[in-house]
Amino acid sequence: MSDSKAALVGWGLLPIVLLTVVAVAVTNTGLLELLRPAPPVEEIAFERVSLAPGEITLQVANGGPDPVTIAQVTVDDAFWNFSIVPSATIPRLGRATITIPYPWVEEEAYEVALLSSTGLTFSHEIPVAMVTPPPGPAFFGVFAAIGVLVGVIPVALGLLWLPFLRRLERKWIHFALALTAGLLVFLGVDAAEETLEAAAQVGGAYQGTLVALMGVVGTMLFLQVLTRRRLHEEGAEGRMGVAFLVAVGIGFHNLGEGLAIGAAYALGEAALGAFLIVGFMLHNTTEGLAIVSPIAKDRPTLRTLMILGLIAGVPTIAGTWLGGMAYSPLWATLFLSIGVGAIIQVVVALYKMVARQSPETVWTPLTAGGLMAGLVVMYTTGLFVAL
Amino acid sequence: MSGRRKMTRRQMLARGAMGAVGVAATAKAVGAAEKLAEVEPPHDPHSASTVGVVTDASVDPMTFLEEFDFGRVSTLPGGQTLRTFEIHAVDRKIEIAPGVYFPAWTYNGQVPGPTLRATEGDLVRVNFHNRSPHPHTIHFHGIHPANMDGVFEVVEPGETFVYEFVARPFGLHLYHCHTVPIRKHISKGLYGTFIIDPKDGRPPAREMVMVTNGFDTNFDGENEVYAANTVAFAYQKNPIVIRKGELQRIYLVNTLEFDPVNSLHLHGELFHVYRTGTSLQPSDYTDTIMMCQGERHILEFTFDEPGLFMFHAHQSEFTELGWMGVFKVVDVMA
Repeated sequence: MSDSKAALVGWGLLPIVLLTVVAVAVTNTGLLELLRPAPPVEEIAFERVSLAPGEITLQVANGGPDPVTIAQVTVDDAFWNFSIVPSATIPRLGRATITIPYPWVEEEAYEVALLSSTGLTFSHEIPVAMVTPPPGPAFFGVFAAIGVLVGVIPVALGLLWLPFLRRLERKWIHFALALTAGLLVFLGVDAAEETLEAAAQVGGAYQGTLVALMGVVGTMLFLQVLTRRRLHEEGAEGRMGVAFLVAVGIGFHNLGEGLAIGAAYALGEAALGAFLIVGFMLHNTTEGLAIVSPIAKDRPTLRTLMILGLIAGVPTIAGTWLGGMAYSPLWATLFLSIGVGAIIQVVVALYKMVARQSPETVWTPLTAGGLMAGLVVMYTTGLFVAL
Repeated sequence: MSGRRKMTRRQMLARGAMGAVGVAATAKAVGAAEKLAEVEPPHDPHSASTVGVVTDASVDPMTFLEEFDFGRVSTLPGGQTLRTFEIHAVDRKIEIAPGVYFPAWTYNGQVPGPTLRATEGDLVRVNFHNRSPHPHTIHFHGIHPANMDGVFEVVEPGETFVYEFVARPFGLHLYHCHTVPIRKHISKGLYGTFIIDPKDGRPPAREMVMVTNGFDTNFDGENEVYAANTVAFAYQKNPIVIRKGELQRIYLVNTLEFDPVNSLHLHGELFHVYRTGTSLQPSDYTDTIMMCQGERHILEFTFDEPGLFMFHAHQSEFTELGWMGVFKVVDVMA
């Protein structure tokens, strides 16, 4: 028995061993040098840009195949003094921090550019210069407050539609569910756009688009497997399962939204305009409606409702903290794509729920109209946040 | 600067949030930065410069400033002076700012090429050897026969061409490659100064050559680095020492590509301008002179006060990207 097992392992390892031999041969025979294009391929990503009075600090990462040496730095097309640690030469997948003493002016725009030893330039725009708050009580406190304002409160308010929904006929419940699906599809497309945008900023070696793919598919599969029993149960149990799934999906989405707030902070894209928060509260209140629609005919406890609201809303706060402290386009891509995957899964679950309750057909004028209404609601409330 | 990007829903949300956070945290950060400002004042004029030292520029800006190639001199049977110059085209990487290397095309392995100098009426013979992988020519400004113009007689790699003409008129000229695409051949570094002295010379003076140039290091059709004599900020980091009361003469040649206009502005004094150097009478007395591509002037001035006096392009962008230097005026030369 052990003999055949050894043989099995041996046959399994054979291609890997041979591959290793070939790889070693290729790297040691100078073949790679022949295949390489003559000029080095250089790629630098800006991961974090922070401003203190009289100082700009950049954290950059080398996402390209070759080491990059940062030779000079310009701010608004002027060479400027700088220091770089740990080394001006950044190895593949390595990082460096560049400090520039610069008399920047609040609320003005700046362009910082790095000139490599081969003369290539990598630039980053600071659209509106503001002091970057250092992580501390003020940082955590204000971000938590913003998270509560744009994440927790709107969701909680939306949950209060439950008594209203409870008094509706089933066909109007289906309208609400379709509306929910419409809201989620809108959010999903929005998040997908953001995901690809973040993925494009990821250094080539990190393969941003594939990270996004893994985030989306992985989350869908994870939620599918996690809810495989619960969702197929009939009655209140199954409907509660859908409500939780919606809450989790929206929670992931809000995590991404929080991450974007923190990320803007990390990249020095701070700006005035707190009034916009009101627009987003309006926009996000619909998320609460989405959560309670599946359980409109049930009698969830207050505790259950609170848990649902927290699952959906609190990740906003975590996202702002995470984005503010440890932002990188790679993490942004991953978290945003998780949000997309979660939303797709939720929409699928909503469809199945309505399908189960509608023996004839899912698409009636009410459900079709509900879906479109959801999109229109998001578009219209979105107008309040678009300048 | 790149244009404003379109703002997405998330970015708008983020900006709204950021206003609040920024205001909340400003007070604390101000305290921390004041300490830093004492160490390295960001408004110090020396802050606006490159970091480090250039060691491999192909020319030492200090040496190049006062270096003239008078050629191999002999006298022809009729009494005319023959000056023979050897120029070869070679490719070479040059360091134009600390740690920044530009793949240049050069005359004699240097950018700018050697400053060739003759006297009006001399017979000039230039043996040009193309030792680079690209076709090149030498196009001299001045008066000469059509077939000595370095335009239609393209010199292929490995070939040699002999340019021969009488040096005239006296003045400040230049030479550069005229092979197509011309912009590429010039911006890669194929240019130099060609001085024809008047028969009776000019008044005694301390003489300097400044070729204002720039480098498009990332090949986007714009210069990333500007300079006088190739190395950004060379004369800022090492001021040019001049003696109080001594007449200074600058042969100023603009070979900048991509930007149509360049200039020189002198602090603390005015200079006499001899446009193209073709007259012995100054045409202007000013402190700022503008130059189109290929335009050149002889400037003469004397400092009466010791101290540090800046000179630079009056296009501030060029100044802060390297075309800036300092004269250190002293009572007695060390």
